[in-house]
Amino acid sequence: MGRSAFRRSRGEGLFRFATTGAGILLLVIMAAIAVFLIVKAVPALQANTSRFLTEKVWTPNATEPVFGIAALAFGTVISSLLALIMALPIAIGVALFISHYAPRRLAGILGYVIDLLAAVPSVVYGLWGVIFLIPFMKGPSEFLNTYFGWIPLFAGDAVYGKSILTGSIVLAIMILPIIAAISREVFLQAPTMLEEASLALGATRWEMIRMSVLPFGRAGVISAAMLGLGRAMGETIAVALIFPATFTITLQVLSANGNSIAANIANGFGEATPIGQGALIASGLVLFVITLIVNMAARLIIARRKEYSGAAA
Amino acid sequence: MKYAGRLAVAAIAGVLSLAACGTDNNSGGTGAASAPAASAGGGLSGTINAAGSSAQANAIAEWKKAFQSSNPGVSINYQPSGSGAGVQSFIQGTIAFAGSDSALKEDKGEPAQADARCKTGKAINLPMVIGPVAVVYNLPGVDSLQLSPATIGGIFSSKITKWDDAAIKKDNPDAKLPSTPIQAFHRSDESGTSDNFTKFLKATADWPYEPAKAFPAEAKGQGAKGSDGIAQAVKGAEGAISYVELSFAENSGLSKVKVANGSGEFVELTPESAAKTVEAAKVEGSGNDLKLSIDYATKAPGAYPIVLVTYEITCEKGLTPEDTKLVKSFLTYTASEAGQTALTGLGYAPLPATLVAKVRTAVEAIS
Repeated sequence: MGRSAFRRSRGEGLFRFATTGAGILLLVIMAAIAVFLIVKAVPALQANTSRFLTEKVWTPNATEPVFGIAALAFGTVISSLLALIMALPIAIGVALFISHYAPRRLAGILGYVIDLLAAVPSVVYGLWGVIFLIPFMKGPSEFLNTYFGWIPLFAGDAVYGKSILTGSIVLAIMILPIIAAISREVFLQAPTMLEEASLALGATRWEMIRMSVLPFGRAGVISAAMLGLGRAMGETIAVALIFPATFTITLQVLSANGNSIAANIANGFGEATPIGQGALIASGLVLFVITLIVNMAARLIIARRKEYSGAAA
Repeated sequence: MKYAGRLAVAAIAGVLSLAACGTDNNSGGTGAASAPAASAGGGLSGTINAAGSSAQANAIAEWKKAFQSSNPGVSINYQPSGSGAGVQSFIQGTIAFAGSDSALKEDKGEPAQADARCKTGKAINLPMVIGPVAVVYNLPGVDSLQLSPATIGGIFSSKITKWDDAAIKKDNPDAKLPSTPIQAFHRSDESGTSDNFTKFLKATADWPYEPAKAFPAEAKGQGAKGSDGIAQAVKGAEGAISYVELSFAENSGLSKVKVANGSGEFVELTPESAAKTVEAAKVEGSGNDLKLSIDYATKAPGAYPIVLVTYEITCEKGLTPEDTKLVKSFLTYTASEAGQTALTGLGYAPLPATLVAKVRTAVEAIS
């Protein structure tokens, strides 16, 4: 009796030690990344002859380095937000269809295809964007520009396919499977008892979903959206291939503009001088901070809505 | 699942058979080209580590194939990490030679650092590969287009925005030019091609920006990533114009602009016309250092003015004995008749006779 209690407590202790260790290791890795970024970035930031946070120009390899994050950070945020706006409704629709509407066989196949979409390497999306989507988007872009040019978003005088919008569409397709897959899992966990109760009370299927599935899944969908947003902001090679890499701040999503922090790192790292590399790393630090803020915001939203949620935040 | 499994098997079989084809082709191709390379003497063995310019990556790959087939004991690792990274690695002593789109730069203190790396000798720049830069366009209905440097500068600085602009009409009195808007594409990543192209514009046109590997953002236009990205962008957009290495222009079947040289003659880009500009270049370095100064406004007849010369940077003396033997033998091959002619099919131009003689003398002196 005494022996087995001892054994149990020792096993308990070991397991506790292992999990605590894993948790601490994660924090150490995060801290190490942050320290590395800061150490590498500081010399470049000191050499900068302009203000890093407000400058739009990016010429860190010149003899008098001038570089700033303003245009890049703006491009990152606007393209990711656009992607999220496009992807979220479709992803929720797909997830609901799979979890509550589709016949079981079809749902299985569809779920499998969605998971497959998530496994396509991003460079493939990039190539698809370059070879197919950019030429294809020329027509619709011109149409929007001609007839809806009075909306500032669609204004601009030179409209071709290579634009913020095209990049955002590719990003939307890339984050769609993540959001859809997580949302599907959350919706499937909605308590059957509640669903059956609302149906028994005479609710239509849509009313049932609105009253019992969506409120239950809200927190999960928000985390899925934030995960997708994080992926969109960190996406590198696909947007590096698609964006025309300009350094302007504009809301004209059809004009030949668009760039992002990650794309700029991919474009600049190969031929960068030590200062140039430091500058790119500093921009990486900014991306790190933006992602952190987004994730914290998501946590806050989820924490506030905890009472609805059965799923762990 | 059953189908997925069968598909996977089919895919693997396909890949294997493709790979088999690949190796067959390789050994078939090298058989012919390798014979002259044997002059360096067999029995060599070891590894050459090199890195640098991606503009000469294809050239090095071709040379490596031929050289290794006549010297099976030698392996050559060339990492196309970019000229800047290659020069840095060379200075740090981790590689035996660097490939670079520009000679060691005085204003960055590179020659002194490189000389220090070579200890007993000095570092030398050997021009080895000429990469002509084509100005390519996509304008249906216009088969032949000729542009002066001033017009090209105007287009790429976004001052000329329509294809029927007066300046373009002046260069092409006979062509029927549409009023299509011009889409000027440039490299969004940093590259030696942008560097050389902007150097050309700075020297010959009213180009207000400093030449650099990063195309100036103030000049506007649209960026595309990599040479293949440029080729794809021009192909997919009516009214597009850009600059790209000759091999990419030819492989994607894009129309090339005839560019005016210093005497106002519009010249079509061929390996020969590009070599003429290099032939007219002055050797700036002293002794066996063959740093070139290219005159982008050359008046040599039939010379195409936009060329990129890439160098191999190594030590005249001071490499380790093993590296010395291997590098010397490899560079002897690359500067040989066989080595240079092997490149013409890849969109490079061979070095002109006078220069290649100097390169051979310099390689001979490596010890």
